[in-house]
Order: sequence, then structure tokens, then C-alpha cells
Amino acid sequence: MLMRFMALAAALMVASAALAADKVKIGFISTLSGPNAAIGGDIRDGFNLAVKLAGGKLGGLPVEVLVADDQLNPDMGKQHADRMLKRDRVDFVTGTVFSNVVLAIAPQVTDSKTFFIGPNAGPAQYTGAQCNPFFFVSSWPSEAYSEAAGEYVTQRGFRNVIFLAPNYQGGKDAANGFKRYYKGKLADEMYTKLGQLDYAAELAQIRAAKPEALYVFLPGGMGINFIKQFVASGMSKDIQLVVPLWGSDQDIIRAVGDPMLGLFSLGHWTIDLDNPANRKFVAEFEKEYKRLPTGYAASGYDTALLLDAAIRKVKGKIEDKEALRKAIRAADFQSVRGEFRFNANQFPVQDYYLQVVGKTADGKIAHKTMGKILSARGDAYVQDCKMK
Amino acid sequence: MSGILLLEQSLNGLQFGLMLFLLAAGLTLVFGIMDMINLAHGSLYMIGAFLAAKFVELTGSFWLAVLLAMAGTAIVGMALEMSVLRRLYARDHLAQVLATFAIILIANELVRIVWGPQVPLGTPAALSGPVRLLPGLEYSSYRLVIIAVGLAVAVALYLAVTRTKTGMLVRAGASNREMAVAMGVDIRRLFTLVFGVGAALCAIAGAMLGPILAVQVGMGEDILILAFVVIVIGGIGSIRGALVGALLVGVVDTMGRAFLPGLLREFLSPPVASALGGALASILIYLLMAAILAWKPQGLFPARG
Repeated sequence: MLMRFMALAAALMVASAALAADKVKIGFISTLSGPNAAIGGDIRDGFNLAVKLAGGKLGGLPVEVLVADDQLNPDMGKQHADRMLKRDRVDFVTGTVFSNVVLAIAPQVTDSKTFFIGPNAGPAQYTGAQCNPFFFVSSWPSEAYSEAAGEYVTQRGFRNVIFLAPNYQGGKDAANGFKRYYKGKLADEMYTKLGQLDYAAELAQIRAAKPEALYVFLPGGMGINFIKQFVASGMSKDIQLVVPLWGSDQDIIRAVGDPMLGLFSLGHWTIDLDNPANRKFVAEFEKEYKRLPTGYAASGYDTALLLDAAIRKVKGKIEDKEALRKAIRAADFQSVRGEFRFNANQFPVQDYYLQVVGKTADGKIAHKTMGKILSARGDAYVQDCKMK
Repeated sequence: MSGILLLEQSLNGLQFGLMLFLLAAGLTLVFGIMDMINLAHGSLYMIGAFLAAKFVELTGSFWLAVLLAMAGTAIVGMALEMSVLRRLYARDHLAQVLATFAIILIANELVRIVWGPQVPLGTPAALSGPVRLLPGLEYSSYRLVIIAVGLAVAVALYLAVTRTKTGMLVRAGASNREMAVAMGVDIRRLFTLVFGVGAALCAIAGAMLGPILAVQVGMGEDILILAFVVIVIGGIGSIRGALVGALLVGVVDTMGRAFLPGLLREFLSPPVASALGGALASILIYLLMAAILAWKPQGLFPARG
């Protein structure tokens, strides 16, 4: 009896191993705790919404999403990636928020021939010589928002601007991007500790420097604290604050409220972009989560749509890595951002918009698109990528 | 460098220093009287901030919430003292460090389970704007209130310690515990009281800093290290030492962060200058501590003569 039971159990296990190819496993490593928890939460909610709308499937295959919190700690991210690659044998790794975590986990993911799809940070290293067939970024190359910001402040005629960012990979990429397009004088270039919460010392320096505009690249809770303290310091009347899309997005609007009105930002997506995919996304997101979506959520949603289209294109045969890679590169889906394609380095080529924070018809505070700043922009390093 | 910049940075340093003082005051008395190293002091700061955020939700009034959080944190602190810490007084410092470190971990997880990793706590609406101090200098009114609260608490504490009978007993306990016991002071009850007051001061700091920083699990750990530096500089067991030490650390830290990167930028690239400047600014505090200890090994105002 016992023997028979064990044989049955063994048979079941073999059967389930054979069936494993009939579903797709996603390793979702994201920043889900601490002051930046809202970012990871929004990417996850956007991703899950797309999966849910597709009936719990991606490209016709049932999906299992394994969620893990990297706590904005590269070592923690590495541990999760290790476990997901070796024990859970995931097919894709996505969800990452910060570029320092991406840089820590991407090598082991790509070395194991598993696809990495960055839904937020797209470190500049991977756009050039280090580009990798298994490395995709579905959101934006990490210099792009800041390139658009540099272009915008130049167009506005600002000639005396301060740049402020955390001292980490994303912040340095932002500085490079901003300086590439900004033609005026950089009054100061300030770097703070990643995760810093009190900006009193920096605000005093800014007041003393009297710039015309201030471009601030501070994700998540850092941005919330900075904007609150900037408004409380009384400088918001005299200095034009310019931020990336996520620097004035819904998570920050919820925390700061009315003082956000009139703030300018730059990004690859806006909540009011007029295309069918976006209208559907915004409506469904609000219905599901009772709040307005952020750019992070839009990226998470788009990442799931991208996988959905790619898996459908290879008819569920995700074991054929080369075919799957071609299918992802094709990006054959209606993105919420409108026109979008992958560059040779597997980073997006897309438009970047100027947004302003305003009130919608029903009294909510949200972004409005003010115009296109950069068209079909890729990145500055793609020529160094020798990948076909 | 303009005078306004210097003034604003001094205010920032003062504000930070006074909040450090609130933490250091309780810590230095606990360390001074009972010779007890209490790493869990930062957890009381965290609990105070969370309680304040929750009481704001319940009552709608920031100041009432601060008072309630003080009372609540004092109760938590006294319960902790009577149940766990009391058993550690006779043990060596290593046992105290291990046990109170365990309390940090337990407190962090408990708070995470009960309230989640982070709760919102906003500045009271009336204080969210700036005040004009000088032409060209508008300063956050909330930070000014923090300075005022910090100064008021410092004065009240000074009067309580120097002018009241309980304060006299506390000073007696800090300068020579055995003699105080021999003279009939009920040091156990005194200590529970001191612990409660220390916890309430933590709650003030947590509640006041919450709206500027963030009310989140683990918020007490970073600031605790600075609080220890403060009490070592000031002299263990001395309230006056804690005040002077806190202001020194607050001003040196703020000034270092503000001006070192600028100095280094003269000959280094901005990212390197910022990273190095920030690192040097943190080292500056420890250099200050080393220098003061070399000069006065017992700290600036040693309580034990």
C-alpha cells in the first residue's frame, strides 16, 4: 500500500514537472517597504492589473507571479534573484525599481539565460557596450527624463539652474542626461545620500545660490520630503521647480496635496494621453484600486502587456529563448504611452512629454500633457552596443 | 558665503541638535544612574512617532496627539523597565547590549505587524508654510516650532533636575549610586520614573521629527548612534552635558554636510566631492568625539566627580 502510494506520488511529481512548461513564472523583485514602498507597490499593481484583465494569463499561459521585497538593498535583491533562479526557476525577472538593485541582480539573471525586463530604472551601462540579449528595459533609458528636462529648461530660457540628485547610479545618469541638453550655466550640482530625508542643509545652499530653476531627481519618499520642505521654506514662489514625471506623480500628490499645483515634469507617459490603450488602463486602474495610476503603474502594466504579446507570438513556447527574444524585441502591442519600439540595445525609443500638475474636471489633482519635448528619442550610447 | 546662509544653517543645526538632546537626555540618565546600556532607546522614539501618527488620526489635533503619544510611550517605557530591563542591571554590558538589541528587533517587527512599515504624519496645517525672519530669509515655521519646543523642554528639564527634590535624587543617583542607596533613596522607583520621563522625551522627538522625516520602522537606529555620541561627548549622566553635546553634534553635522562638499568641489568633480564631503561630515562628528575624549576622558561635564 505504502509502495503504491509512493509510486503514485512520484508519478504525480513527474506529471507536474512536465506540466511546468505550461505556465509562466515571473520573479517580481521590487522595493516594497520603507519610504519608497509606494513605487514598487504601483509597479506591482499595474502589472497585476494587466494579468488580471488577461484572465490570469500572459500570452495564453497561466501566470505565477512570485513577489519579493528588495528593501532597496542590492544584497537583498541578489538573494531573492538567486533563490528565484535556482529554486523556483522563473522564466522572467522584473519589478525592480532602483538602478543600484538592477545592477546587482542583472548579471546573475542574464548569465542564467533568463530574461530581465526592467520596468523602471534602465541603467546607462546596459545601453552601450554592456548591452545584453537577455536584458530589456520597458520604461525609459535612465538618462532620458533628464535629457527632456534639460531640453525644456533650455527652451524656457532658464540660464541659471541647480541640479540635485541622490548620489547613486540613477542620479549620475540623470546628471549626464540633463547636461547633454541643458545649454545654460549649472549654478550648482548637488548630490545627497540615497534615502536622505532631511534636506534643510541643501535648501539653505539653494537659497543662497538664487537659481532661476531647480531640477530635482529624487525618487519616492525622498521627493515627497524634498517638495514638502521646499514649499515650507518659502522658495517655491521664486524658483521654478522641474522634476521627472515620477517627481510629481500621484504618490507624491497624495502626500503633499495642493502645493503641487503648477509643478512641471517630464516623462514618457501622462495620465491624460489620448489613446485607447491608455484610456482603458486609467479607467480599469481606478476601478480596481480606487486611486489614480502613476507612471510607475503604467510601466508595470506595459511590462505585462509586453510579455503577453511576446508569449503569444511564440505560441507559449517560452523554452525557445531566441524566438522569445525576437518576440519581445518586436514589442507587438498597444502601449499606454502610444508609439514605442525597442532600440538595438533593447531600450525604448519613444516620445517625451512636458506635464503640469493641475486639477481635472472632477476636482482631482493630476498631470496634464503640455506638449512634446523630445520625439522618438533613444539614448546616447546605442552605437556602442554591438548586439544584433 | 553670506550671513543669511550661515544663519539658516545654524538654525538647521540648532533644530537637529535640540531633537538629539531629547533623545540623549533620557539615555544619559539611564546610562549614568544604572550603568545600563539601553540600545532600545531608539525603539521608544519610533513607538512615540507611530503613536503620535495614530493619535492624530483619532483626535485630529497634532498637539493633543503629541501629549497622548508622550503618555503612551512613557507607559510602554516603564512597562519595559519593570518587566525586562530591571533584570539586566546587575549583568555586564555585553548582556545588556545583547538583550536590548533583541528588544530593537522585537519592537520593529511588532510595530510592523500592528501598524505596517510606515504611517503618514503631516505637519499641522497652520505650520506648513514659511515665516519671514529677515529680508531674503524665509524659514519653515514648523522647524522654528521644533526649536521652540526643544528649548522649552530643555529649560523644563533643567529646572526639574536642579530645583526639585526628585531632581536632586536623580543627581545623587547619577553621581554615586551606592551612596544614594545607602542614604535611603528608593532607587528602583526612581529609575522607573526616570525611564518613563526618558521615554516621553523620545516620544516628543519622534512626533516632532515625524512630519519632517518619515514615520517608519527602523527610524530609531540611525539617530540612536548619534545620541550615544552625544552622551559620550557630554559626559555620561549629565543633562547639561547632553545639551551641550547635542548642540555640538547637531551644528557640526549640519555645517559639515553643508560646507564640506562645496570646499572639496574646488578641486574634485561634483559627485566625488559630494560623496567624500558627506563621508567626511559624518567622520567629523567622531573626530570631535575623539578630540574631546582626548582632552577630557570623562566627557565635557562628568556627573561622577
